[in-house]
Amino acid sequence: MVVEQLSNGAVDDVFHALADPTRRDILRRCIAAEPSVSRLARAYPMSFAAVQKHVAVLERAGLVTKERRGREQLVHTDAAAVGRARQALDELEATWRGRVDRMSDLLAQDTERAKDRTTGGSG
Amino acid sequence: MTITSVDTNYEDLSVTLIADFDAPIDRVWELWSDPRKLERWWGPPSFPATVEKHDLSPGGEVTYLMTGPDGEIHHGLWRITAVGSPASLEFDDVFANADGTPNTDLPVNTVTVRLTERGSGTRMEMRSKFKSREDLEKWLATGTLEGQRQAVGQMDVLLAA
Repeated sequence: MVVEQLSNGAVDDVFHALADPTRRDILRRCIAAEPSVSRLARAYPMSFAAVQKHVAVLERAGLVTKERRGREQLVHTDAAAVGRARQALDELEATWRGRVDRMSDLLAQDTERAKDRTTGGSG
Repeated sequence: MTITSVDTNYEDLSVTLIADFDAPIDRVWELWSDPRKLERWWGPPSFPATVEKHDLSPGGEVTYLMTGPDGEIHHGLWRITAVGSPASLEFDDVFANADGTPNTDLPVNTVTVRLTERGSGTRMEMRSKFKSREDLEKWLATGTLEGQRQAVGQMDVLLAA
């Protein structure tokens, strides 16, 4: 199985798909660098705890990793994991698009059959 | 039928799809509630589903087989967590072992469906969510199956054209 290498543009797509602008910004800051949570917190007009919560959401989604170095927690965007999330969610989307198409076909077939019964027939 | 919107959420690892069907709500609900209808759309033509047990009640289960082109068989299971006929359904979709017990090495996906009447048609809101990042990774690992299904499904479409 080949996981496609995520281009910068594709990484941007994922970032734009994040609903929260702070989390988008955190992801961007943590691609090339590994800021500590404290350093990140200084970048935003909110409490340290609020920034910690944002990082926790990203970590739970597998988009960033946290590594303890000394007294600090360093945050790093896991580009490969972002790519895998995109692939899985793309496949999930394709699965459901297919299902909805088949549901629609079934509904249309049943409508045709119902019409034939009411309009056609030799008896 | 129109697919009105599809939203991918990278934070809660879900896909939300809204489709508008030109059919009354009872008929759209039947696609879920009638096992003989469900098995005709759940899997792609190259990997069709056969529904065995079908109990849409809270705590009930739906079990199904998916049969691949080389004869390989995969077992699936829905654990129903909530149902409000004809308008709503929620279940965990899990892979199962051959004896029907859930395979805990394999991923869990939670599906929430809501049907609403819109004029003479029906809107279906469907959200499919990985239970955790671990489930997403497991799905991807086994989900060359899904990838295969999609690829072969697309081939079916091309061959039929």
